[in-house]
Amino acid sequence: MNKYTIWVLASLITASASQPIIGNAAEVFVSTDNHIRTLAASCAACHGSNGNSASITPTLAGLEAGYFTTQMLGFKDGSRASTVMHHHAKGLNLDEINQLAVYFSQQKRSANMSPKPQTLMVGHDN
Amino acid sequence: MTTKNVNKNNSFNHSVFNRRDFIKSAGAAGVLLLSHNSFARGAKPPLGRVVIIGGGYAGTTAAKYIRMWSLGNIEAVVIEKSSQFVSCPLSNLVLGGSKSIHDLTFGYDLVKKNHGVKWLNDEVTAIDTSAKKIMMKRGEITYDRLIVAPGVDFIYDSLPNLQSAEAQQQVPHAWKAGWQTVNLRKQLEAMPDGGVFVMNVPKVPYRCPPGPYERACQVASYIKTNKPNSKIIVLDANPEIVSKKGLFTKVWAEMYAGMIDYRPNNVVIEVEAATKTVKTDFETVKADVLNIIPPQRAGKPAQMAGLVEKDYPWCEVSFLSYESKLVPNVHVIGDSVSAGLPKSAHMATSQARVCANAIVALMSDQAPDPAPVFANTCYSYVNDKQAMHVANVYRYDEAKKIMVSAEGGVSQSPSEQEGQYASAWAANILSDVLT
Repeated sequence: MNKYTIWVLASLITASASQPIIGNAAEVFVSTDNHIRTLAASCAACHGSNGNSASITPTLAGLEAGYFTTQMLGFKDGSRASTVMHHHAKGLNLDEINQLAVYFSQQKRSANMSPKPQTLMVGHDN
Repeated sequence: MTTKNVNKNNSFNHSVFNRRDFIKSAGAAGVLLLSHNSFARGAKPPLGRVVIIGGGYAGTTAAKYIRMWSLGNIEAVVIEKSSQFVSCPLSNLVLGGSKSIHDLTFGYDLVKKNHGVKWLNDEVTAIDTSAKKIMMKRGEITYDRLIVAPGVDFIYDSLPNLQSAEAQQQVPHAWKAGWQTVNLRKQLEAMPDGGVFVMNVPKVPYRCPPGPYERACQVASYIKTNKPNSKIIVLDANPEIVSKKGLFTKVWAEMYAGMIDYRPNNVVIEVEAATKTVKTDFETVKADVLNIIPPQRAGKPAQMAGLVEKDYPWCEVSFLSYESKLVPNVHVIGDSVSAGLPKSAHMATSQARVCANAIVALMSDQAPDPAPVFANTCYSYVNDKQAMHVANVYRYDEAKKIMVSAEGGVSQSPSEQEGQYASAWAANILSDVLT
């Protein structure tokens, strides 16, 4: 698939009006498809809330959709080497990859907050 | 379901009231305790109230995403008995010595403030699912939908000697991170060079499948440098290493050669805490430091709410909404769920988001996503720097009505690069859950 096809595919997925949410890295609603929204949120464990990484993992928020798709297809067919991403890319179908590409491309880049470590209180039980 | 008036009869009697409840209660009782003001602002959200029992990885994530995805139209109230969040992921590093428990302890202030999640630092004492009401030590609350996310409960039926707090001080489980973890680390530090560290692995399913084997690595990492004449005995109730078998076997053979004595099919049947002696079907082992991880079942609130199967102590749910198969309007997420899925933190958050998404849909009179897909990535540290992963994408199988692995696998070998990714995983999941 060339970049143009990816762009056309991406453009076909309609983006609804964004609505601000309270909180950091406020999610931008790009699709009413709650399937993709939930799948995208599943990436947060490594890539941060709404694709804004709090660490060395790449930030996905604001990535150009075609770039995202190309990388994911590279992980999928092995042309891009990885430690872990090939396991994830191979589990997703092309439609999901394209929709994730659009979703993340529409997310705003923002600094992600990190919770501050605390001293464990005496008497904390578990 | 009618959503318009769904919240009309909700009561919330926890020294915290909104205006309507305030007026109602003032009229009815004439006496009020009013110590928090957080619930007094504004009208109740139009779509109703979700109460979440448990502020761990699963429960906190569900609360946050319900608030986000309902655009604030659903009230989310978390009931959590601890005032601090202590991460189980990375807590084995406290035993190895590269982390302190205080690096893994956090407050809930940011997630509460950023998303308007309401919070009750209280303990559930009873749950009446027909009246949709939860009783706590200091009050009660009603719900439109309930999410139960209590983690695991230890079963001491077969290990009665370990039931007391004193015995658990002598023989810590350290399987819920906190002072138990610190206790086990201190015992390791006090162990003489040449001492024997004995730990067990309970029968599956238990919280964190690779966790016990990661623990053996962390203890070995500490001993290798500090107490080179010591050794580790792992008594595994299972026939073989449960997770990342090839990788752990290799690491134990190469990085910790001769240090870890692994004994499969060895169920712990009796423990004598004072002498740190453990009996299995085959042998009696005396330890200098003894770590017993008891067998596990769904957490106590799940038992209270009648969500647990008779012959299998976990909760059966629909994998489209995580609604209990036994009790309507009650959802279960995280380690308490009965599933062929690993009981991991990432899994808990993935389930929490599918559940949150379904609840927002259901409370808006829409159908939940008919085919959820999510990921699970789980890293294990083999020493202070190197880690390795198991990662899978899970997809809803319409015929079987369960989540099945569509693809997945493990690391080629542990590496420092993956150690950095593991650290990034922790930073990001903690940020996602707690801010």
